[in-house]
Amino acid sequence: MATAIEINCETGEVIERPLTADEIAANEAAQAQAAADAIAAEEEATAKAAAKASAQAKLATLGLTADEVAALLG
Amino acid sequence: MPSTYTLISSNVLSSSAASVTFSSIPATFTDLVLRISSRSDNTIAASTIRLRFNGSSSASYSETLLSGSGSAAVSARSSSATYMFNAGYFVDDANGATANTFGTTEIYIPSYTVAQNKPLSGITAQEDNATAARITAEAGLWSNTAAITSIEIFSNYNFLSTSSFYLYGIKNS
Repeated sequence: MATAIEINCETGEVIERPLTADEIAANEAAQAQAAADAIAAEEEATAKAAAKASAQAKLATLGLTADEVAALLG
Repeated sequence: MPSTYTLISSNVLSSSAASVTFSSIPATFTDLVLRISSRSDNTIAASTIRLRFNGSSSASYSETLLSGSGSAAVSARSSSATYMFNAGYFVDDANGATANTFGTTEIYIPSYTVAQNKPLSGITAQEDNATAARITAEAGLWSNTAAITSIEIFSNYNFLSTSSFYLYGIKNS
């Protein structure tokens, strides 16, 4: 069971309690959002890499060398 | 001679916990320093560390950060967030990282009792003991003039056992 710990700096008392239903729901929602964000970032990176590869291929058909393409695209 | 760097309180987890809160922080110091060594149960290599002051979830936290992974650098900003470090790069280690590695974090909060908005600086390193790692430096602001009396540290995952949390006070005189 997930718990929350509170340390009272004046008394030194340490209280450990289970998370409330609202806290558990908030954590689960945040975890789901983080997972969705990670997937979106992965998809964006994949699309960007594909677009770059496509651009490189098209530039090569125009006669640019690999070094020239690299200089253009960084 | 005044003591200028004093341990206020600490906690080393004996079992995992979703959050750690320092409450009833005395107002007898000038600045606060929070030092953390932590690892979470997120399944990837890193997990974001987050803070709230005085239990406040109002949209009053903002930040600007620089972060580097060794292969890429990023700058990011977040504002009107309901907790500090919303931009996502302020991370410790998690279960996807090399076993037994912990991230390290230091947060400096000056003038925490003064009746003005509360700035802070933070630096964290995700230390993977491998090729992948990340370091992030932050400037943050809590737009609230109340004295800070409690700090909640959480990550939306669970901090694992032996993660450690230390709160220090610094006096100018």
